[in-house]
Amino acid sequence: MNTSATAHFNIHYGDELTQNVSPLLHEVKHALDSLIETGKTSIIDLRSIPLAPGEEDKILQILGRGEVQAQLYALGQSEIFETQYTGVWIVTHYNDEKDIISRFIEVTTMPEILCSQTEDMMAAYSRLALYLADEQKINESPSEKSA
Amino acid sequence: MNNNEDKTLEEMTRDEKTHDERTLGETLRSQGISRRSFLKFCAATASMMAMSPAMIPKIARALEQARRPSVIWLSFQECTGCTESLTRSHAATIENLIFNTISLDYHHTLQAASGTAAEAAREAAMKENFGKYLLIVDGSIPLDNPGYSTIAGISNVDMLMETAAGAAAIIAVGTCASYGGIPHANPNPTGAVSVTDIIKDKPIINVPGCPPIPVVITGVLTQFLTFGSLPELDDIGRPMAFYGKSIHDRCYRRPFYDKGLFAETFDDEGAKKGWCLYKLGCKGPTTYNACATTKWNNGTSFPIESGHPCLGCSEPDFWDGGGFYKSISMPTENITKTVIYTAAGAAAAGVAIGAINRSRKNKAVASHSKTGIDDLSK
Repeated sequence: MNTSATAHFNIHYGDELTQNVSPLLHEVKHALDSLIETGKTSIIDLRSIPLAPGEEDKILQILGRGEVQAQLYALGQSEIFETQYTGVWIVTHYNDEKDIISRFIEVTTMPEILCSQTEDMMAAYSRLALYLADEQKINESPSEKSA
Repeated sequence: MNNNEDKTLEEMTRDEKTHDERTLGETLRSQGISRRSFLKFCAATASMMAMSPAMIPKIARALEQARRPSVIWLSFQECTGCTESLTRSHAATIENLIFNTISLDYHHTLQAASGTAAEAAREAAMKENFGKYLLIVDGSIPLDNPGYSTIAGISNVDMLMETAAGAAAIIAVGTCASYGGIPHANPNPTGAVSVTDIIKDKPIINVPGCPPIPVVITGVLTQFLTFGSLPELDDIGRPMAFYGKSIHDRCYRRPFYDKGLFAETFDDEGAKKGWCLYKLGCKGPTTYNACATTKWNNGTSFPIESGHPCLGCSEPDFWDGGGFYKSISMPTENITKTVIYTAAGAAAAGVAIGAINRSRKNKAVASHSKTGIDDLSK
């Protein structure tokens, strides 16, 4: 998806057509306050809000980039980074064609998708156990032969 | 080595049934799809279905436990654009995640089998999953003469009624199946009608569009798998999540409309500045669809963003709206109303329908106008 500032049909970066940029940033501010005071996390779906070409870029520019960024490779790439406002994360999911399929502002200490998932850990445990069992069989084989 | 080499046909069939009985979560894990990938899919699904992000964990829990449903897809008077929209989607991994985990037991464009074998597959799926399978229909159904459109010698209306009998729900994909579409346009030479004109005793979801946005099709499937229920529908049977707001309401050019700034031609200053296309015939104010937010070609743009007015393709009778380039504030011709057929009466109503259609054709000819150069150069 094209996210460059000026590429959309003569709609320019500074036009602020929908006037939704400022209210959305206020929502982020309230969500951050709620995270600090109560620990409540929030997710804002950027696709659910009418934004003119260029306005999403402006939101991203204002939030900026902070200390942490991560790449996830699962059904296409995902980019997760903390903005310059600690606790405010941008999570962008891409498909295999590198098109954006969803983009969220997550106000949290750690986006859920970065955490290791129980089901994956259980599968990982089985794989590791299988590997070690195979290794043990291979190592035992010469001694069995010699015996 | 082929593991099936030493198995009997009966054993292989049993294995296949075991495969079908797995939950969606088990199926995905067996395909090597991680829980993180699944969460990503659920996040994208919640976003496209306009659900609160708070629903993501609930969607994940419900989808993981869902069973692989049997789906029968019937194509009647259609152009295959709806199937193309879904199967040619660039977002292969996401849409197909759901599309590949359904058991698509009959789709005469996609399936390898043909003729008797294909019809046997449909009959077997209907018998084995009676009352539980999903029926997807694209294309309108001709009622003037059963011979206008047949599959394996079976008329469209007969096949629809036979297959609908055991369906848990029906999804009418595309404007043709939903409202008659282009075949239904004046003078409607085949007496084309929609699924809802014929079937009255089953839950029906209309997913109109010419074609519909692919994620809307998979979104509806996901909703059914997730909650085992139909999504909330508007007064003409469309899911509110996708069709709840007009193109105009969510159009990024709306502020120009509010300020009275309009493109008057396709090459004037207004057009170059990206002003509102209302005066060039944009049907955005009367068209309900998700194009303005979900967009096309994986979120690249939608017609208005490319400088063309909305045609209103997800609305009934959009083809007869008086001209694609004629502003909706201008008087339009009378559009003949959809003739309602009941399921019980459909098969036997040929004579009456013929008379109604002749009358309708006469009216349509009288009111029909073509989009001419005057409309284009307005």
